[in-house]
Amino acid sequence: MLDQFPAIIVAAPLIASAICAIVRHERTCWLIALLVSFLCFFGSASMLGQIQDYGTISYQMGGWAPPAGIEYRVDLLAIYLLILVSFIATAVLVYGRQSVSAEIKDGIRGWYYTMYLLCLCGLMGIIITGDAFNAFVFMEISSLSMYTLIALGKDRRALAAAYQYLILGTIGATMYVIGIGLLYTITGTLNLVDLGERLPPLLDTSAAIAGMAFIVVGLSLKIALFPLHLWLPNAYAFAPTVTTAFIAATATKVSIYLLIRYLYSVFGFAFSVEQTPIPELVLVLSVLAIFAGSLTAIFQENVKRMLAYSSVAQIGYITLGIAIANATGLTGSLVHIFNHAVMKGALFMLIGGIALQIGTVRISDMAGLGKQMPLTMFGFVLGGFSLLGVPGTVGFVSKWYLAVGALENGWWWLVVLLMLSSLLVLVYMGRVIEVAFFRERPVGAPVLKDPPKAMIITSWVFILACIYLGFDTSFTVGVAEQAVSVLVGER
Amino acid sequence: MRSHLILRVVSKLLIPFLLLFALYVQFHGDFGPGGGFQAGVIVAAAFVLYALIFGLKTIQKVIPPALLEVLVPMGVLIYAGVGVATWILGGNFLDYNMLDSHDPSHGQHLGILLVEAGVLVTVASTMLLIFYTFAGRGR
Repeated sequence: MLDQFPAIIVAAPLIASAICAIVRHERTCWLIALLVSFLCFFGSASMLGQIQDYGTISYQMGGWAPPAGIEYRVDLLAIYLLILVSFIATAVLVYGRQSVSAEIKDGIRGWYYTMYLLCLCGLMGIIITGDAFNAFVFMEISSLSMYTLIALGKDRRALAAAYQYLILGTIGATMYVIGIGLLYTITGTLNLVDLGERLPPLLDTSAAIAGMAFIVVGLSLKIALFPLHLWLPNAYAFAPTVTTAFIAATATKVSIYLLIRYLYSVFGFAFSVEQTPIPELVLVLSVLAIFAGSLTAIFQENVKRMLAYSSVAQIGYITLGIAIANATGLTGSLVHIFNHAVMKGALFMLIGGIALQIGTVRISDMAGLGKQMPLTMFGFVLGGFSLLGVPGTVGFVSKWYLAVGALENGWWWLVVLLMLSSLLVLVYMGRVIEVAFFRERPVGAPVLKDPPKAMIITSWVFILACIYLGFDTSFTVGVAEQAVSVLVGER
Repeated sequence: MRSHLILRVVSKLLIPFLLLFALYVQFHGDFGPGGGFQAGVIVAAAFVLYALIFGLKTIQKVIPPALLEVLVPMGVLIYAGVGVATWILGGNFLDYNMLDSHDPSHGQHLGILLVEAGVLVTVASTMLLIFYTFAGRGR
């Protein structure tokens, strides 16, 4: 059983989604989805120990040996992301039953869980596969189901947002596949490890350079790297809360993972960093993302949209590590992938609880909520601290590594910019907190309570994780450092 | 469509051959060009032709949308079911060699045949469902 886990964690969600599509009974589908997500999490977690002890796992799909056959390759970087995605998927499902009932129309909730499982299958597939084209197929599976997950909401604007995402996402995927095609023409292989071995002598050809450009731009669209982030704010703001919590914590992270794979393993650290302008380009765009995203977030009236712009900024922090391009910076990047998923997941979950109770997510409607929904709003404050990077929270850990990485390059001005950007977080999170705690609830407004237990407990598990992982970094930093040492060492 | 005598007669003659050709493409898949996807599209095309001539109501008596909604995931289950079967027989996911204990190449044939059948079911029913959705708009 153990040696089949690489296939199980991808095939199980696929099979379960087909079963959900036939059953279509809300409660049953939810239970199936929950069990399968947990199975994926269990499978990923049990592979971690095996990889740390015995090294990379290679699984031959269909019994065909790589590079001709499709290889599922689980190394430390992959298992780090697999654990993250499957954990978020499970937790969001535990959280989400009431939220789905409230925000998705009756009769299509079974389909909602079907799409959720397909999306999980796609995301797990992208991470685990060692085949460039197979990654494209999984990217399409996850994206197409994600568009549906966004559009299934009651808000009509979600349809337009999903359509916008569909157009831009498809352009991104097309660019990626063009890049793969170019690399295939000069190397004749699709296996990522094999590509990494065959590419170095061919890297001065224009086909390789063009392929690299297409792949980087295509993936940047999927990542929502500034200025290619235009699909993200609407998609996050108008999608059902469960969708937002799930994709905000996983989808863009998986694309960043793929970008790191290509830059460091396939094209090689030496080439990507020293012979292309990619680090400089990513540096400028990341800094712009951090400031433009945070500044726009300040002026948002819709809290979900505010957090979406904050995500654009946080993605900037993650890509900043790629631009810093030394071991410390890259560790910061990987750690922030995990930390941002945890804190944004928590914040979107809490907002989902508020949406369930008051029906809107506008800041002006949240006056006085601090007294009536103490657990929710107190969690929100702690999540805000985390986003800000207060010592003792996860946000501090990743920003610390990024700052140290920047100093190793002698970029002291970047550290100043990092600190300035934290002030912007203080402004936009502070607005919500000020309204919720220091304004009175309007006279005659209905008295509110905290949302149902399952929602509060899962949100708080994430909030507590923000603090716990701020002190005990043995998993996040530990695994990330090991993964980075492999990436930077690979030539 | 009562009046289009020629269209009705010609399409009635054509549809059986369309389906037959779909089966040829389907079963020729493991020897030459062809396979479940192409065959599924041809099957769907035959039904779409029927719907264009005789109307959406008539075709939905033959294949109700509810049936299609079950067939789409059923094809995926046939495909994945082969994978599960190879797991149970002790191989990797979709390792067709396991399907025949005496001759692995027979196992390969059988595996491809079953998997392609799953692809045919899903592709044909998805195509038809998309057609139903567009043709049924505004009714």
